[in-house]
Amino acid sequence: MKTTRRTVLQLAGAAGAALAMPTIITTRARAADKRIAMIVKNLGNSYFDACANGAKEAAKELGGIEIIYTASAKPTAEEQIAVIDAQIAQKVDGIIVSANDADALVPVGKKAAERGIKVMSFDSAIAPAGRIVHLSASSTPLIGAKQVQMIAKTLGGKGEVAILSAASTMTNQNSWIEAMKEEWKKPEYKDMPLVATVYGDDQDDKSYREMQGLVKAYPNLKGVISPTTIGIRSGAKAIVDGGLTGKVFITGLGLPSEMKDYVLAGACDTFAIWNPVEYGYSSTMIMADILAGKDTAEGSKLSMGKKGETTVGKDGEAVMGEPFEFNKTNVEEFAKVF
Amino acid sequence: MNAPMQPPESRYAVLDAAPRRARDILLRWEVILVILLVATIVVNTIVSPYFLDVFNLADATFNFSEKAIIALGMALLILVRQIDLSVAAIVALAAMGIGYAAEAGFGPAGLFATGIGIGILCGVFNGFLVTYAGLPSIVVTIGTMSLFRGITQVILGDQAKTKYPAEFLELGQSYFIKMKESGVSWLFIPPIPLSFLIFLVLTAIFGIVLHKTATGRKLFAIGSNPVAARFSGIAVDRLTFLLFVVSGMLCGLAAALLTARLGSMRSNIAIGWELDIVTMVILGGVSIAGGVGSILGVFLAVLTLGLVTFGMSLNNIPGQVVSVYIGLLLIAVIAIPRIADKLGLRTGR
Repeated sequence: MKTTRRTVLQLAGAAGAALAMPTIITTRARAADKRIAMIVKNLGNSYFDACANGAKEAAKELGGIEIIYTASAKPTAEEQIAVIDAQIAQKVDGIIVSANDADALVPVGKKAAERGIKVMSFDSAIAPAGRIVHLSASSTPLIGAKQVQMIAKTLGGKGEVAILSAASTMTNQNSWIEAMKEEWKKPEYKDMPLVATVYGDDQDDKSYREMQGLVKAYPNLKGVISPTTIGIRSGAKAIVDGGLTGKVFITGLGLPSEMKDYVLAGACDTFAIWNPVEYGYSSTMIMADILAGKDTAEGSKLSMGKKGETTVGKDGEAVMGEPFEFNKTNVEEFAKVF
Repeated sequence: MNAPMQPPESRYAVLDAAPRRARDILLRWEVILVILLVATIVVNTIVSPYFLDVFNLADATFNFSEKAIIALGMALLILVRQIDLSVAAIVALAAMGIGYAAEAGFGPAGLFATGIGIGILCGVFNGFLVTYAGLPSIVVTIGTMSLFRGITQVILGDQAKTKYPAEFLELGQSYFIKMKESGVSWLFIPPIPLSFLIFLVLTAIFGIVLHKTATGRKLFAIGSNPVAARFSGIAVDRLTFLLFVVSGMLCGLAAALLTARLGSMRSNIAIGWELDIVTMVILGGVSIAGGVGSILGVFLAVLTLGLVTFGMSLNNIPGQVVSVYIGLLLIAVIAIPRIADKLGLRTGR
């Protein structure tokens, strides 16, 4: 009895395997619309969900493109490679990645390329050997210039301005401040001097105290630029708490969800950061261009749909544009997103 | 002592009876796994046209073979009522050693030796603390998990090691055995990556050692009752120590394969693997209480988990859902035999 039962099971197993064998050879890729996989760092992240919405918007606009939005459960390189392998296996046409590790994804990027799949990165780059193009959300000069322009607009180009940065050792902070100073040389800012640069070390309490110190030390201070999401939210809180709303304004790089209350309170008129919906949209538009066989050599132009064009720079790096501006009119909408 | 002392026949008969009974129960478990594996293959074949493609399947093995190699060592440890939770941290430490060795100009053989060497040292450390200091292995290896990972993080910081010789990367990234077609469509040599090939060979070796040698029987004895095993003259501590060293060695080997595949290593390499590996072993039917288990079961569990994960990601099912499914699978496979026992379905067998 027990032998027969086991034999039946074994036979069933063998039959299943035997039935499956011929398909191993005969399976071929489906001919369908172009499929683009957007593989992000991890799922359950509303920032990336917004990127995916932008990608789907672009796909709808272009027509004939299917977006596969996926990621691993854990934000590690090994798990992301497994997800990319599954996309290669599905023979998608293009893969857009926000990389968990720039170097570890190079081999799988090369493998995709060998199989005729186009790979590009956005948000977080793959090293140049493993992808065709990387789209940066913005560039240092654009980020610097944008913040000076925003505070000038708020203050009408008049009044003392200070910078509340993160740490003096942070490369990106320092290069953005350099870019701001470059923009500041323009004549339209002559009535808007930069009086001080202070460092809050990207800690809420230290940034808060530095902001309080600034308004005490410079009684005529009208504006503060904080190119860090922690600095800007702590600085804005210090303005509201200190009853300085309407006298001192803060701007810089912030997240809509964290800045919403301060914008509505009037401590912050405008602030900026890249818009994830546009980011996903532009990445998809560029991928569509790559799939259409457009040249991606240094100096060639790629379309970003309604966002215009971008020029491919050294090592396949392209820039989407200046940071996206948030103010009273749109901050509540985006606060739901990120 | 040697020549005339033939033990009586009856004694062997008694010894032989016990394994056969044990094997009957194991076969039940393995039958469940075979059904699962076949179901996984059939469902995925129906759902995705990309599943049964030799190249895709070969690529899928890349993603679980390193873990599977470590799972073989873990299976033996769990069988003797021990556990090694520091495996992923050993992988990280060994991978870092490989990174530095590669910068120093070592060739592929030297890099594998470096990884395995570091793995063995880590295993010796674990084994020493467990057997000579007499500490519980779960405590020791939770400690060394932080220790080995911590050393890697302190030394590397946020740096990556990315320079490796091309021949080394080739070993990890391309098929070790290339696809060969014979003209007949169903007769061919499939492409096999080095890591999967090593896993297959090690599975055979571990299977033979565990099920066909005296050492294997001693391991079952230790797992069933360590005190009785010691009184029977089995060198419990020495074998346990050896298993930790083997586990460390396999981690070092896996580290070399993983580093070659990624072409890069950071301090977070292989993070969280220890639980994936324990999952493979438990799903394979190795009892956490010790004394029960088979290498065939672990092998089937590895394939099932690997193909389930691959199949689900082929259908773009999010990673979290895959985790939920694997959790349910694990509970179901463990619960089914117990429930069957309760219902009396297995009595009289």
